[in-house]
Amino acid sequence: MTAIDSHAHSHGDADHGHHAHSEYPFLAHHFESPAQQFDSGKLGMWVFLATEILFFGALFALYAIMRAESPEVFKYASHYLDTTMGGINTCVLILSSMTMAMAVHFAQRSKQGPLVFCLFLTFLGACGFLVIKYFEYTHKIHANLVWGPGFYKPVEHGDGHAGGHAAADAHAATATPSSPNAVMTEHPVLGTNPGLASNSPPLFKLPPVESSTIKPLPAGTPGVSLVGEGDETQHQAEVAEAAHEEKVHLTDPEMPLNTHRFFGIYFAMTGLHGIHVIIGMFLIGWLMYGAAKGRFNSNYYTPVDLGGLYWHIVDLIWIFLFPLFYLIH
Amino acid sequence: MSSPSHSHSSHGHGEQPLVGHLVPMSTLIGTGLGLILLTVVTVAVVEVDLGELNIVIALAIAAFKATLVCLYFMHLRWDKPFNQLMFFGSILFVLLLMLFCLMDVGQLRKTIRGGNPTGVQAVLDAEAPTAPIAKNKPQ
Amino acid sequence: MTTLDASRPTHLNIEASSDNYLTHTRGLLSWAFTLDHKRIGVMYMFAILGSFFVGGVFALLVRTKLLFPDAVNWMTAEQYNQAFTLHGAVMVFLVIVPSIPAALGNFILPIMLGAKDVAFPRLNLASFWLWIFGAIFVVISLLAGSFDTGWTFYTPYSTRTTLGGVVWVITGVFILGFSSIFTGMNFIVTIHKLRPPGMTWFRMPLFLWALYSTALIQVLATPVLAITLALVAIERVFHIGVFDPAMGGDPVLFQHFFWFYSHPAVYIMILPGMGIISEIIAVHSHRHIFGYRFIAFSSIAIAFFSFLVWGHHMFVSGQSGLMGAVFSLITFSVAIPSAIKVFNWLATLYKGSISLNTPMLYGLAFLFLFTIGGLTGLHLGTLNTDIHLHDTYFVVAHFHYVMMGSALIAMVGGLHHWWPKMFGRMYSEALGKLGCVLVFVGFNVTFFTQFMLGSHGMPRRYYLYQPEFQIYHVISTCGSYIMALGFIITGICLLKSLFSGKPAPANPWGGRSLEWQCPSPPPHDNFPTTPRVGDCYDFSIVRWDDSAGGYVVDRSLDPELNPNAPKRAGAHH
Repeated sequence: MTAIDSHAHSHGDADHGHHAHSEYPFLAHHFESPAQQFDSGKLGMWVFLATEILFFGALFALYAIMRAESPEVFKYASHYLDTTMGGINTCVLILSSMTMAMAVHFAQRSKQGPLVFCLFLTFLGACGFLVIKYFEYTHKIHANLVWGPGFYKPVEHGDGHAGGHAAADAHAATATPSSPNAVMTEHPVLGTNPGLASNSPPLFKLPPVESSTIKPLPAGTPGVSLVGEGDETQHQAEVAEAAHEEKVHLTDPEMPLNTHRFFGIYFAMTGLHGIHVIIGMFLIGWLMYGAAKGRFNSNYYTPVDLGGLYWHIVDLIWIFLFPLFYLIH
Repeated sequence: MSSPSHSHSSHGHGEQPLVGHLVPMSTLIGTGLGLILLTVVTVAVVEVDLGELNIVIALAIAAFKATLVCLYFMHLRWDKPFNQLMFFGSILFVLLLMLFCLMDVGQLRKTIRGGNPTGVQAVLDAEAPTAPIAKNKPQ
Repeated sequence: MTTLDASRPTHLNIEASSDNYLTHTRGLLSWAFTLDHKRIGVMYMFAILGSFFVGGVFALLVRTKLLFPDAVNWMTAEQYNQAFTLHGAVMVFLVIVPSIPAALGNFILPIMLGAKDVAFPRLNLASFWLWIFGAIFVVISLLAGSFDTGWTFYTPYSTRTTLGGVVWVITGVFILGFSSIFTGMNFIVTIHKLRPPGMTWFRMPLFLWALYSTALIQVLATPVLAITLALVAIERVFHIGVFDPAMGGDPVLFQHFFWFYSHPAVYIMILPGMGIISEIIAVHSHRHIFGYRFIAFSSIAIAFFSFLVWGHHMFVSGQSGLMGAVFSLITFSVAIPSAIKVFNWLATLYKGSISLNTPMLYGLAFLFLFTIGGLTGLHLGTLNTDIHLHDTYFVVAHFHYVMMGSALIAMVGGLHHWWPKMFGRMYSEALGKLGCVLVFVGFNVTFFTQFMLGSHGMPRRYYLYQPEFQIYHVISTCGSYIMALGFIITGICLLKSLFSGKPAPANPWGGRSLEWQCPSPPPHDNFPTTPRVGDCYDFSIVRWDDSAGGYVVDRSLDPELNPNAPKRAGAHH
């Protein structure tokens, strides 16, 4: 309380009295001073950020384990991601983080105009990030570079590429006719590649289905890969070149088993991050509305500060996601 | 409660907020540009094949960038010690989860991916040489 | 986000009047949208007690089936699986995890601390409504085809079973997790930032230390459960290949992630119970708590160790031998802070002036049951005995001794301890004690038998069993009926007091902490002025006052304030 000097309250309050609550109309009844209220909000936000870190941290742990289990998958599949787009997105997010920090700066100095402008720039950054992400996602989905059984979906239309037919033949050869699957019929699943799928027996199988409560496996689902891959560096270069072509992975005999897992974790992590970006956009929009109404000033800017912390953590997570997915040599 | 020990900012407007710490504009812009630069560096360095070192360097740069964001954008450098503890403590717990799981997976990798244990392989060779698992010989 | 914002203005309070929080405003909406921590605590309490009833019914159904070793015509094996799954899921996620922190903690914590409210009242209300939504999703899952995965949702079964309720219940638990996180955030910030002058860390009642440790676990562990369950749902719908071996995933990894939360969650359940026992034992033996700092620090130690031992749930589920040994070793370290607490409670009782009130009976029951539960935990933490005992009724008995015999008994004890404070009514001691004795006897008959069942080799979760086990199952089921009777009597006792109980004094038991120094029930603002904080376990200045009909804290007896005060040592008589 001693630190509060008289010029600080910009609100013309009827009672410039001795009581902090009449002096600071924003002060909630259960707090004694603006400093206590501000510190509580800050601590609460940091505790929340800690939960966010553990929330994503579990996914990072999952990533580390999957990569330790099958480094060849990550090395191979990373080349299907577009580093340029990822890099641009990183810069967009960093810049929007910077404008958010500037917004806090202007809020602390009661500069209404620059505050709204910086928040608007931050909002634009979030939109830009999502637009680029949208193009990346649609390209991946179009090329069947997706999670799960869809990864092995054959090419449906004749595009002159022989691979689709080869893969479909492999499917006919390896699919087990005894596993009807209501859920999966629209997603027929192929063996990962003709050579391995037909030659190596599955290393373990679920026991024959007895109980009706167990759903049968999708036909021809690739088993757990316990077989390491040989050197594929030469082939990777070709693949990287051809990565923009449709469904090229289906015809690639060098593709490691379980490559779909890379795209599973890729979509899980970037998707969760994208959801956070969308939440952040609502938040920034709400802050923009409040700032335009003149709610924030050097005495009271807690919402801008806390919203900023949230937006920075979104940026911070992407800073790790980018090298982990896009930059695998 | 408000801490008087905040380091003084140099912008000279004299508009200190009632609570919290004001980070000068120059610091914010400098941090932003530094982050962009580091992004370019991390993309460039991946072209150089350093084997296992590649991921170490990429993660080190990412950690450095994250630290910059924390310290300057998130004001953590001037924040309460308990807030700092909460943040870095939570990262420790993530590392704990990661470490124990990796230790376990590492062990399994040795026992499963390394092929059948020698004793088991001997039994398989003698009794069930045609079993698929019998082909998973130790390397 | 709006709910987190502590800085939004709320209208200033009117003068503290003679009205209390129950009568401060009227109408259903004034409860549904209240920001008063006391009302939120009370709403939580009735919601949780309702869930406790539902979970109890499922338990009785399971026990009744187990009277007979063969199939029964009124319950199929599938229905049996669903019944024990629902019993576990409801009791863990809807009852025990939120019970003490969200219900009693919400009510008591700010008053004990001397604060007007928790730090984020809106977040607190959001937490309650999230709990309600979570519970609604659990109900939807029943309508959508139920689930029989066990409360642990182990993969690959949970990603492959065709029962339609799995994704719904997972969504429900996900939401309940955030409800729990918000409560924990609120408690951490409240204890850090809203302590009035004089309330130093080491003057806080031990219940607050326990709630603080609990909140730390809630905040650090629950997000991992949330993301793990989200992954199970994603795996089930999209087959992304993280946990499902058919898609190249690793089901043991699910168990790692799940127990990274769910072992600390065991301490989310038991730590606040231990806090309640610290209060009950000290107040009802009118003696200064023995080893205050040891009990306080052991709470923090338990919270920390709880994160290092999760693998002892996985000794036989494909975990590597090395990690099994490591986890077994660390597991024993949890026994140290737990034992420190028990020894300090016993030392507090020693030469105390013990009043055998109903809360104290529950406190003593806790000591007895927790000791059994804790010691049998050592059998299970030992690698080689666990190979024999895992997945038998021995495990079931062990965790019921800890989860129910300790955590829930402490919850019910705390309910009796603070009931006069919450509603301003005294309950019938005779009925309360009868209920307590029946629960205690019924509990031991039910679960001690299961130790024997388990060590003889009866596996848990089985629908059919060998006839030689039948005698134990019959005894166990009879015990569960006795226990149910005890809980019914307890419920009648408490509900009856609301209508016909005699008005409670501010301090019926002789407590010293701040909540006993505001009226029963407390006014809307808790304290008209910032209360004076003393040593909350110094009972020497607490004396009986006939005109108040209860105990009062007599400051003239305080040597700190009054140099002429007579020297009084130890217990009040």
